[in-house]
Amino acid sequence: MELVRPHTRATAGRWNWALRPAVREGIAGWLFAMPWIMGFIVFTAGPMLFALYASFTRYNITTPPQWIGLNNYIALFHDSRFYTGLGNTAWMVVVKVPIVILASLGLALLLNMNLPGGKFFRTVFYMPNVLSGAAAVFLWLWILTPDGLVNSALELVGIKGPAWWADPNWTKPGLVVMGMWWIGGNILIFLAGLKGIPEQLYEAAAIDGATGWARTRYITLPLLSPTIFFQIVTGIIGTFQIFTTAYLIASSSATGTAGGDLANGGPGQSLLFYVLYLYNRAFGKTGVGFQMGYASAMAWVLFIIILVITLIQLWLARRWVYYETEG
Amino acid sequence: MAVTVEQPLPMSNPLQEGTTEHKAYKAPRLGSLRSPAHMAAWLVLVLMSILFIVPFLWMISTSLKDFSDLANSNWIPNPVTWDNYAKAFSFGNWPRWALNTVIITVVAVAGTVLSTSLVGYSFARLRWPGRDVVFGLVLATMMLPGVVTMIPQFILFSRLPAFGFQGSPTWVNTFLPLTVPAFTGNAFFIFLMRQFMRGIPMELSEAAKIDGASELRIWWSIIMPLCKPVLAAVAIFTFQGAWEDFMGPLLYLQSEHLYTLQLGLRTFDAVAGGAPAYNWLMAASFVVMLPVLVVFVLFQRYFIEGVTLAGMGGR
Repeated sequence: MELVRPHTRATAGRWNWALRPAVREGIAGWLFAMPWIMGFIVFTAGPMLFALYASFTRYNITTPPQWIGLNNYIALFHDSRFYTGLGNTAWMVVVKVPIVILASLGLALLLNMNLPGGKFFRTVFYMPNVLSGAAAVFLWLWILTPDGLVNSALELVGIKGPAWWADPNWTKPGLVVMGMWWIGGNILIFLAGLKGIPEQLYEAAAIDGATGWARTRYITLPLLSPTIFFQIVTGIIGTFQIFTTAYLIASSSATGTAGGDLANGGPGQSLLFYVLYLYNRAFGKTGVGFQMGYASAMAWVLFIIILVITLIQLWLARRWVYYETEG
Repeated sequence: MAVTVEQPLPMSNPLQEGTTEHKAYKAPRLGSLRSPAHMAAWLVLVLMSILFIVPFLWMISTSLKDFSDLANSNWIPNPVTWDNYAKAFSFGNWPRWALNTVIITVVAVAGTVLSTSLVGYSFARLRWPGRDVVFGLVLATMMLPGVVTMIPQFILFSRLPAFGFQGSPTWVNTFLPLTVPAFTGNAFFIFLMRQFMRGIPMELSEAAKIDGASELRIWWSIIMPLCKPVLAAVAIFTFQGAWEDFMGPLLYLQSEHLYTLQLGLRTFDAVAGGAPAYNWLMAASFVVMLPVLVVFVLFQRYFIEGVTLAGMGGR
């Protein structure tokens, strides 16, 4: 719709008198969007394309890249640590994501019951989310030491707790326990989804005699499915990127080795997640470092893995995600 | 700890009539604990809240414990060792690290708020050829995992000349990689801005245009003042992200005098003969967390409404 403005000529500026309003607006639009467009080209698309090129080279930053064809990719698919990294990462995706979603959905349903103190609970559940970073990781490093807070609590009920960070079998479960402290954001998003379900639907269902579980099963869950889907997709993408916690724990003396063992990804390579291995290849100080060609290949493989997983989920979503159609 | 409980600020636009998704707020009453099921649900919530608060109290308790008391599971430190706080900060160049963190955070917040509001304005309120394609790209980059661009960006920053800024020939080992990208916006925050600005009636802009106002002036004098809730949310999340960032400083800051607080915390590992000095570590960690915690307590409605909007945006 083009607005006709009789005033244009009278209020014309110094330079824009010759331009039609639509053209002026078009130029302004591009100029306002320019920060992002420039950033996208310089900091995202450009580097990604260069990394694609670098992935076919041997490159350590200080000397120019040397073309080696598919060698990085061939080496990668024969690299046992690549599979260890993928395996550890997949373990976290398969175990942690469902637990986080079930726990946060459960708490959101309870919060949605409008019980006294609801706002207080909401605040308390969200608070840990503002405390991320190294400080929070160190706190959990301490809580899950062999005679730390969790094991002392377990002792009270007669269970001898594991060595957590020092035991290869317990490092990843330790990360899951720790991750439960940060489900506040998930709870809030579920809560927002629940609040978006129209009250009339429940009223109508009540007239039809639906109560309790039937209400949840036939109204709440279908209408919440877009939110659940969103949380699964973002949860998987986030879990694929585990780095800071793994880095700090693997390089800590809490693993039972003084100074940790970052190069091997903690006890028994149990914390060698995909991104940690990628970091070691790119920046590690133990001889394998500054292999930017190899690390670029790893970055592109990760990109494709995440892309494929997300596309599969979008395809599956058609079968179970309920989108309200309008009209 | 003291937590203010207050009514959430609706992120929907106050000028938008009749379309707000928020239902009227129903105050919960004690009377709503009417059935055993409600009572049980309430008890679960109470129990869970305690579990969520306990790690935090344990941190404070540990930070006041003497080394001789560290292995014990008592909650009240014996003796109460306030000296830990002085000791903890005697190990490194903490004032410098604090200053570095403040500089990086302030610049990142300013850059992000400025760029995302400009770009959001463009997508929400201006018609230009190619707009929808570019906006589609913005949405696509929201799904791009940050670690995928980590190596490519490092390569870029290791080649960009800094001309001796902060004593470095390239951008690596300067604050530039941690601050300059903020001025190009962030896909997710651009999306939030756009959603919010779309709710402001177009008539306001049209009237200003008739009066001869430029787009820049409309953005600054008319739109920005109406966007305070979303500006606050973006500022707060950027503040938190920059303050607590570990990976960025780890990659780009190699000289100790450029460290941020998060990097500084690593100094406590293996101080006490093999094991980390947990009491000092907890004291330092608590102090490092404190600014974010204070901001949360003061502005929690923006945090909570921001997350809510974020979740709805992803649908």
